[in-house]
Amino acid sequence: MDNLLSLVTFFPMLGAAVMLVFLRGEDEMAVRNAKWIALGVTIATFLASLAILAQFDAANTDFQMVEEHSWIAGMTYKLGVDGISVLFVMLTTLLMPIVIGASWNVDKRVKEYMIAFLVLESLMIGVFVALDLMLFYVFFEAGLIPMFLIIGIWGGKDRVYASFKFFLYTLFGSVLMLIAMIAMWYDAGTTDIPTLMDHTFSSDAFTLMGVTIVGGAQTLMFLAFFASFAVKMPMWPVHTWLPDAHVQAPTAGSIILAAILLKMGGYGFLRFSLPMFPVASVHMQDFVFALSVIAIIYTSLVALVQEDMKKLVAYSSIAHMGFVTMGIFTFNKQGLDGAIFQMISHGFISGALFLGVGVIYDRMHTREISAYGGLAVRMPVYALMFMFFTMANVGLPGTSGFVGEFLTLTGAFQANTWVAAGATTGVILSAAYALWLYRRVAFGDLLKQSLQSIQDVSTRERVLFVPLVLGTLVLGIYPGFVLDLIGPSVDALVSNFNHATAGMADAAPAVASH
Amino acid sequence: MISNDVNVILPELVLVGFAMAILMWGVFSKREIGAQALWLVSALFIVVGAWIALTGRGTDAAFGNMFINDAFGRFAKITMLWSGAAVLLISQPYLERAKLMKFEFPVLVALAMVGMMMMVSAGNMMALYMGLELQSLALYVIAAFNRDSLRSSEAGLKYFVLGAISSGVLLYGMSLVYGYTGALGFASITDVIEAEGLPIGALIGLVFIVSGMAFKVSAAPFHMWTPDVYEGSPTPVTALFATAPKMAAAAMITRILFDAFGGAIADWQQILALLALLSMFVGAVAAIGQTNIKRLMAYSSIGHMGFAIMGLAAGSEAGVQNMLIYMVVYVTTNIGVFAFILNMEKDGRAVTDISALSLYSRVAPGRAFALMVLMFSLAGIPPLVGFFAKLYVLQAAFDAGLGWLAIAGVIASVISAFYYLRIIYLMYFGEPTEALDGKIPMLHMGMLAASAAAMVFGIVNMFGVEGYALSAARALLG
Repeated sequence: MDNLLSLVTFFPMLGAAVMLVFLRGEDEMAVRNAKWIALGVTIATFLASLAILAQFDAANTDFQMVEEHSWIAGMTYKLGVDGISVLFVMLTTLLMPIVIGASWNVDKRVKEYMIAFLVLESLMIGVFVALDLMLFYVFFEAGLIPMFLIIGIWGGKDRVYASFKFFLYTLFGSVLMLIAMIAMWYDAGTTDIPTLMDHTFSSDAFTLMGVTIVGGAQTLMFLAFFASFAVKMPMWPVHTWLPDAHVQAPTAGSIILAAILLKMGGYGFLRFSLPMFPVASVHMQDFVFALSVIAIIYTSLVALVQEDMKKLVAYSSIAHMGFVTMGIFTFNKQGLDGAIFQMISHGFISGALFLGVGVIYDRMHTREISAYGGLAVRMPVYALMFMFFTMANVGLPGTSGFVGEFLTLTGAFQANTWVAAGATTGVILSAAYALWLYRRVAFGDLLKQSLQSIQDVSTRERVLFVPLVLGTLVLGIYPGFVLDLIGPSVDALVSNFNHATAGMADAAPAVASH
Repeated sequence: MISNDVNVILPELVLVGFAMAILMWGVFSKREIGAQALWLVSALFIVVGAWIALTGRGTDAAFGNMFINDAFGRFAKITMLWSGAAVLLISQPYLERAKLMKFEFPVLVALAMVGMMMMVSAGNMMALYMGLELQSLALYVIAAFNRDSLRSSEAGLKYFVLGAISSGVLLYGMSLVYGYTGALGFASITDVIEAEGLPIGALIGLVFIVSGMAFKVSAAPFHMWTPDVYEGSPTPVTALFATAPKMAAAAMITRILFDAFGGAIADWQQILALLALLSMFVGAVAAIGQTNIKRLMAYSSIGHMGFAIMGLAAGSEAGVQNMLIYMVVYVTTNIGVFAFILNMEKDGRAVTDISALSLYSRVAPGRAFALMVLMFSLAGIPPLVGFFAKLYVLQAAFDAGLGWLAIAGVIASVISAFYYLRIIYLMYFGEPTEALDGKIPMLHMGMLAASAAAMVFGIVNMFGVEGYALSAARALLG
């Protein structure tokens, strides 16, 4: 099929439109229809996306299944996937049915809720398949609208503050990227991403208001993109919106946020920063390393003292994203492979952890760690699953978490030993906060009166956990599923990068020194 | 050839003739004919707009280049006529309720429209001033149309006094330009500038002209009248202010800057860039504290005019094209928003406080959704058309070397996103309060829905506005 990507991208939105037009009322029937339609649409989207995977040829490093139509203002509507983006599409379509399933107990404005999630799914897939600069920006930014509403309408107590902070923070990061995109458009005369990847943006140093800008225009554009992706990732010190957003968002919103939306930042680095601004990336390597290591250690320490489970998992996400940025900026195969792997794996693990928090929140309506204890007594199955994902989060060998962390650390070790050493401390800290959380929630005697009658996971919840457990295990035992798919594209990225930065060693001795 | 001249301004003449006829009918009729007059005038606007759209070709000048009928003028006229018609149509129920349905209202709007059409087609300072005054005098009166209301009278008076001052400034500037170039016609001024450069006295005149016109488009720092007039005037009048006259004033500035001072772009570019910068930030920051939706829309319009002026500051064909697209998008959005505001009522009384919107999505999910789309579009969030409008002008500004202005613009747009979001927040997750009345006429619902739908579906091809705006810009710069 020629327009498979468009179909997968817009099918969820089509489902949302159908719901908007045909579903009326708030009665039980309408609510049930809304849930089943949403579930059906997301599953159908997942099945359709399997066709993408089937057609995808990993050995081919070009963009595949490309669709192109002209659009307004000289822009193009162009979609396509390569080894880097195809797995993010799969991750999105796979997680969405789980997200819908996790929302089965929503009782407020169910129709609108499902519409928001379906629209969000379309926009997220669009981000990963867009091959036009402006089209990418449109998908990237438009996701703010449904997310703002999801946090704002279905969120917790401080949802207003959290939703505004989320929206304005990420919008501010992105508008600078918009200016850089306009600059690139002006410079290269096109918004076509594959063409822009081949285009060399000027990296001659120049002086702006008395400051010499090493790396020239590339550095400025890099920084503008960095502002957006760093907020989205989020990297220290612009991470503060994430814990607020996570804590206030409903469970499904948290899953989406941690498992997919955060990956857009990492994807952006891989799609734009490295291929388009290679020289600037080299100049900025130390800076990004510093931020990543600070993020890994600092947020792990912060996670240690959290009293709110969701906040703890949120800080843990930031720390894991630190591994991703570190891996990306090693510019070598292990690091980049590891970063992509870590993002996919974190999609499963963080999704499962937020789902786990959601399961007990649904029962007790509190996320305070101190309100729990001894859950293993009454909820053995839950305790087992939660332990599994706690271990995966720590990076236990055999789970996908290990592979990602190990590869990024290997890559970092080649690039800069101290960075790798610093990041490894983070691994130890992550074991500390994750295990301590688990001990306080699941172990010990069941002393709290309120927990006496708590029910173990229901069949619906079990079904939701199954794909996540499978994904984490399979990727942990046989990482080749992912690495074979992304390998050729990552190789191409690395070789293009090295080609573009060859000869920099003489020009910039500061970079060559490590 | 007088018959030829008359042919060129036939649409304007028809409008004037109709306005006079309705005036006579109203005076001599035994009954109050307000409603019929209003329907007639809005139908006339639509027909004249369609007539211009279907028959307009090429560039014609009349009365010794006093009046120019070109693609640029036609683009502005069609936008003004159709938006004017839309505003008149949605004014009707409000005017009935407020007992303001008098035949003078549509007559004055029609005369203001003639003035606006004159403004955008003027090829000479005198013609331009005539058009401007015709428009302004009619608007002064309808700002104070609700004469029993202190606020409305105050708004009319403020508008009149400040408007008169700005007209004075404008005239003074024109006299300086005349004194130093010896010409009033735009073409002659261009010839003088090409021959001997812009004389310093004419440059000072240009600054006065731009200041006077900045008042008309309510660009900061000449914006002070806008919030008070928006708030005090009857809401249909506010809706009118926010649409057609804005387009007319923006087109007038464009015409004079490019037709008369096109050879001195470097001289006015920085002035416009400063106006754009100040307007965007005043519009963004000052609106944060507003709780009255009409005042809020006033500051919003100041900010949006800042963006439109940014397109002009680019001083290029793309800049003019993108400014025109921006104005069309802005006007379309505002029609939808005002179709909503006109129906904000509680127990039959008009409400303008935004806190009344709390949890409005419970009362009327469809309308709340449409307003949300419009607000996101005004804030310039993709994928709505408002984003593309901003993208166009940012791109023009960047290409013209005004990168700093583009950066300032996007920062201002983030600040302004806050208050648009606040309206959405109130509607969707605010505190429960006494709900607004739930009824809305079909026509208003239609306008609101059409405007919101345009913001969503326009991203496919902008309904072809891009191409029309391009030929308009070509006609002006050609």
